[in-house]
Amino acid sequence: MSKYKMHLLVCGGTGCRASASDAIVENLKKELNNQGLDESVQVIMTGCFGFCEKGPIVKVVPDNTFYTEVKPSDAKDLVEEHIIKGRKVERLLYKDPVKKVTVSDEEGMSFYKKQLRIALRNCGFINPENIEEYIARDGYMAIGQILSENTPEEVIEIIKASGLRGRGGAGFPTGLKWQLTRQTKSDQKYVVCNADEGDPGAFMDRSILEGDPHSVLEAMAICGYSIGADTGLIYIRAEYPLAISRLLTAIGQAREFGLLGKNILGSGFDFDIELKYGAGAFVCGEETALIHSMEGKRGEPSLKPPFPSVEGYLKKPTNVNNVETLANIPAIILKGHKWFSSIGTEKSKGTKVFALAGKINNVGLIEVPMGTTLREVIYEIGGGIKDGKKFKAVQTGGPSGGCLTEAHLDVPIDYENLLAAGSMMGSGGMIIMDEDNCMVSIAKYFLDFSVEESCGKCSPCRIGNKRLYELLDRITQGKAEFDDLARLKNLSEVIKDTSLCGLGQSSPNPVLSTLQYFREEYEAHIIDHKCPAGECKALMVYSILEEHCVGCTACARACPVGAISGERKLVHSIDQSICIKCGACFDKCKFDAVLVQ
Amino acid sequence: MNKIKSLDDLKKMRAQAQTGINVREKSIDPASRVQVKVAMATCGIASGAKEIMDFFIEQLDRRSVEAVVTQTGCMGYCYAEPTIEVTLPGQEPVVFGDVDKKRADQIIEMYIKTGELVDGIIPVNYRTIDK
Repeated sequence: MSKYKMHLLVCGGTGCRASASDAIVENLKKELNNQGLDESVQVIMTGCFGFCEKGPIVKVVPDNTFYTEVKPSDAKDLVEEHIIKGRKVERLLYKDPVKKVTVSDEEGMSFYKKQLRIALRNCGFINPENIEEYIARDGYMAIGQILSENTPEEVIEIIKASGLRGRGGAGFPTGLKWQLTRQTKSDQKYVVCNADEGDPGAFMDRSILEGDPHSVLEAMAICGYSIGADTGLIYIRAEYPLAISRLLTAIGQAREFGLLGKNILGSGFDFDIELKYGAGAFVCGEETALIHSMEGKRGEPSLKPPFPSVEGYLKKPTNVNNVETLANIPAIILKGHKWFSSIGTEKSKGTKVFALAGKINNVGLIEVPMGTTLREVIYEIGGGIKDGKKFKAVQTGGPSGGCLTEAHLDVPIDYENLLAAGSMMGSGGMIIMDEDNCMVSIAKYFLDFSVEESCGKCSPCRIGNKRLYELLDRITQGKAEFDDLARLKNLSEVIKDTSLCGLGQSSPNPVLSTLQYFREEYEAHIIDHKCPAGECKALMVYSILEEHCVGCTACARACPVGAISGERKLVHSIDQSICIKCGACFDKCKFDAVLVQ
Repeated sequence: MNKIKSLDDLKKMRAQAQTGINVREKSIDPASRVQVKVAMATCGIASGAKEIMDFFIEQLDRRSVEAVVTQTGCMGYCYAEPTIEVTLPGQEPVVFGDVDKKRADQIIEMYIKTGELVDGIIPVNYRTIDK
């Protein structure tokens, strides 16, 4: 029995660390030390709890108290009140925004109620920098089990039977991918983990690597055994420094324990893993571009076939899997394919991690069974729309996905349903929009991203996306003509049909889906020169209501470009040719005399 | 660190490592385990609730009982401190008062292990607004 009777789990994900969770750990240790409790209470820095909206999180076990928005200065209260006196620190408990009650544990929080955590099973539970905590949670038992009991073919059959599909976007069956790589004869094969997470707003891969790096290492070894590879490579973007440092620590510990390297667990199977750093290019999430980047070449995709399973890294057969996909593997081996395939929908098995962002109350990372509806995710787990506004759309699948509307809220989320609705699963980013978001601007934002990230190799993507962006820009400026709508649609379809890789084949999706579901908003911009959501600045007109203006000069003094003229105590006016539509006069006026149209 | 050379080594390592995170594992599904809540308000602490809590943690572990020992606030039985509430899996909670080490020992041996009631039970006959 460990001498510690209480554990304090402090979130050490990137988000919470940015809010000083390092200092929380330090202060808690200091306070415990002062009180002579350092021998009985242990402070552990874990991975992400997922509830990023209310971070930093501190959880006390075994009494399961969940503290939110903790500051380093709260350490004293936590130790003196909770630990010494046994009283919960009320002010740090979570307050349910709907029911207005204080909740002290995850069971009572709607954010956690509907979640089922497989890929995130250890995130927020173990110390990712301590291999023993992973082992205590059955870590490396899956590789141990298959090395002593199963042939590679049997392992592939288990993964196939589980129905696991790639979590990086396209949803290709993982077991089949392994089988294809196994079937190719070669003296050398590679297992590649794709950790080039690039969708704006998606951070599940980073959180898994930061919170449970060993699960990915173990899965790569299992894959290596199954396909006949002795080398694993993790392609990770250099802008994930914390994930990189935890991975390096984990690899070092696994080697020290003999769980990576030669003759793993006395089975004769050799496997080792190295990191390859990417520069953070979106297109390098595409597997052929990723492989070229790893080889030191330009990160540009190439035509498939040949598929990487036949000719990949250094022309050798290569199996590329995404981080989240891999994190599911050890659990499938230990709990069986039947358990896994019992979760989810007919064609999409298991769970999916989503990153909730945008105008939603509970921003964070969640994992739900496939088949959960958008409504459950947005309203129950996500806590609904911020500031009581009205839901307008949800963008899934990042820049390659599309916008779904209120009509889709009861669609069970899986690969097929999202595609049928005109969007896609993608890596699981979910950006929620409210009534104040202009759908043309949203499409323009994603196009801007795709234009930036296009590698430029093929012309439909390089030139087409740029032209699409310009068309959208014209619409938001109010300078477009009605025929531009047909041009948008036509050009989008050409780009989709003729681009070389997934980036161009999907980059027009945000345009097509918003055009389909929010056509009237496009028309309002073009015909009426109005932005219904009030987001497109170029289409706004600021004017002064004569009957309300008292001539206080506040607006004239606030105007940064001197567009407002008028004498004291006389009605002011705005020169539209100078006005830059910054809204400073509107914010400043105390008499509601500035009108925005 | 010696390398782990076989699956058996790994299993041994796991058993050893599990003691380190036991406190956390227990918190996952407390309803399936014996739960002991020790009232730790000012009066409880003054009457020795902390020592009783430590006693339960140490003794339950030594006697291999899977239990979660936590602290709670004032239960209102100031005349009978220290008070504890014991919940066996699937049963209604039972509150014991005036728990000293001798009574704690009885509670573990009789009530927790065999379900047999011992002296010191405080009947709970009030209602709360939840019910």
